[in-house]
Amino acid sequence: MRRLFFVLLLIGLAVAFVLSVSLGSVRIPIESVLRVLFGGEVERETWRTIIWQFRLPKAITAMLAGAALASAGLQMQTLFRNPLADPFVLGISSGASLGVALVVLAGTAVGSSLLGGLSLFANIGVVAAASLGSGLVFALIVLVSRRIHNNVTLLVLGLMMGYVVSALVSILLYFSVPEQVQAYINWTFGSFGGTTWGNLQVLVPVVLMGLALAMACVKPLNALLLGEHYARSMGVNVTQARVMIAASASLLAGAVTAFCGPIGFLGVAVPHLARSMFATSNHKVLGPACVLLGASLALLCDLATYAGKFALPLNAVTSLIGAPIVVWMILQRSQTRQN
Amino acid sequence: MSELLKLDHLTIGYKTRKGSCPIVHAMNASLHAGELVCLLGPNGAGKSTLLRTLAGVQAPLSGTVKLGEADLHTLPQRELAKRMAVVLTERVTTDAMTARELVTLGRHPHTDWSGSLRPLDHKHIEWAMQATNTISYASRNVNELSDGERQRVLIARALAQEPHVMLLDEPTAFLDLPRRVEVLQLLRTLAHETQRAFLLSTHDLDLALHIADRVWLLSSSGTFEAGLPEELALSGAITQTFQNEGVAFDVRSGTFKLCLPQGQTACVLGDGPEAFWVRRMLERAGFNINPNNKTASEVQVEVVRRGLWRVRVGKVFCEITTLEGVLAAVRTDAELSGGADRT
Repeated sequence: MRRLFFVLLLIGLAVAFVLSVSLGSVRIPIESVLRVLFGGEVERETWRTIIWQFRLPKAITAMLAGAALASAGLQMQTLFRNPLADPFVLGISSGASLGVALVVLAGTAVGSSLLGGLSLFANIGVVAAASLGSGLVFALIVLVSRRIHNNVTLLVLGLMMGYVVSALVSILLYFSVPEQVQAYINWTFGSFGGTTWGNLQVLVPVVLMGLALAMACVKPLNALLLGEHYARSMGVNVTQARVMIAASASLLAGAVTAFCGPIGFLGVAVPHLARSMFATSNHKVLGPACVLLGASLALLCDLATYAGKFALPLNAVTSLIGAPIVVWMILQRSQTRQN
Repeated sequence: MSELLKLDHLTIGYKTRKGSCPIVHAMNASLHAGELVCLLGPNGAGKSTLLRTLAGVQAPLSGTVKLGEADLHTLPQRELAKRMAVVLTERVTTDAMTARELVTLGRHPHTDWSGSLRPLDHKHIEWAMQATNTISYASRNVNELSDGERQRVLIARALAQEPHVMLLDEPTAFLDLPRRVEVLQLLRTLAHETQRAFLLSTHDLDLALHIADRVWLLSSSGTFEAGLPEELALSGAITQTFQNEGVAFDVRSGTFKLCLPQGQTACVLGDGPEAFWVRRMLERAGFNINPNNKTASEVQVEVVRRGLWRVRVGKVFCEITTLEGVLAAVRTDAELSGGADRT
């Protein structure tokens, strides 16, 4: 049964991937897409360029982002035993947004090229600032999580850090000109489309590292399902596990936020979907399920942004798709509780 | 009997910023293989602190706890987990977890980093579920189980951990009486058959005295005594521990009674359940039962036969056919004479 679900998820991911490379402002027939991907000849050389230079990096970014956010969300939900926890509860996205706000504000001084809207994502300065911001928060969290005694404290610290950083961002924006605010807001919309092959050389290894760490956390995460006290009684070094989980989630969420902006809801909704699909809380099953489901859903969300003639903000789409999923899951759960 | 756990001059309590705050001093006791030990005592006497200390969560203020040959508080966490399991009072709230999955978690300290189960692990899981009679709902969601069923699954999880010693924090809380008896009996059978030691805290005093192989008694004044339940009953230790807590231990019947304000003395003649329940009723109504002295009692009830009582109130005799009637008769008098005393 589980194996069948995994096979279906893999097929779904493959279909979503091919669709995402094939669809867009220029429609490329699926046979041609496959031919380009497998190195064959195509009618038009522009298709090859579109696929290799734009669609493929974007699709890979979407898959990585979806997988990373879903895995990080799963870890946070278990660590804090809270179904609404997401990859950003530790304050990672706030750190990144502070970095970006700083760069954008400095942008006018450096030159107006930074304010070029969509090209913002390709800008290495923004990526660096976001990485630095989330990296700092990451370091702070790992440092703090070694010293505190329970997970709720970590949650509160993460949330408070988020508020402080958001306040700083507000202050920065308050003193900015409208163009700067627009540029910043464009970043908060999120996008998979800004990454180059060069960016991927960073994003791929970091996400893989985060996923590998997540895999090493599967056993303690399962024990943590019963709470910290039971976990400790079963021989889990809770402090060490907390550090590893926080590190993994922060790496995953931080890397994605740096390159794609703060992307909401995938990290909350996908773990719930995986849980109900496989009817288990076992992270050995949920981990891979979240990777596959997250990657597919991210591709589909990205496709949905090009539904009309113009592109919708990615975050609007993920929220529009994610929120009903979470509501549905919560309602279902309260129903089974009552029965 | 081999000694599995040994408390040696153990002082438990809390460390605060100002210094240490001991709760119980210099405890000496042992848990032996095949023993079910009940930890009794009023709230605040240190039951939880003792369990936390024995579980290795909290360090002792002084003294040691030996788990087999090793010092429990210096044992690596994983080694400790291989020898000791706990059942806590906190509720397990996980969604989407079957009873079997929960029991499987007990294998945690015995599996490798990935948590993969070997045939041996499956064997232990199967055995733990059979021993606790939880196989029939192995594939049901833990959330859907009744409190009694869930408690048995939690015990199965602890068993799957293959502990030498199992600590259970109020495993009978939230359960109805039949379920409490069931859980305690299960624990005793398991302790005897598997030659492990079980230490459980409970507020079910009557039941504990019936079922425990040994009792550890903590009092509000910070004393600690361990012994056979009968021994502690006869020595007066149980009476002493609970006398200030609003319940009185009746050494004669081995039961706990409410400490009600007692007024007049009453005497019940006869035996069997009829006499027993009349005595209970009079106690509840505030009489001091005096079994021996007939003449000194203001009220005397004699069981003539089933459904017929001869009641003497002061010097007046009457025969009454219902318990309600008996109660009304003795009560009127108590109120009347109470009023008379005051004038």
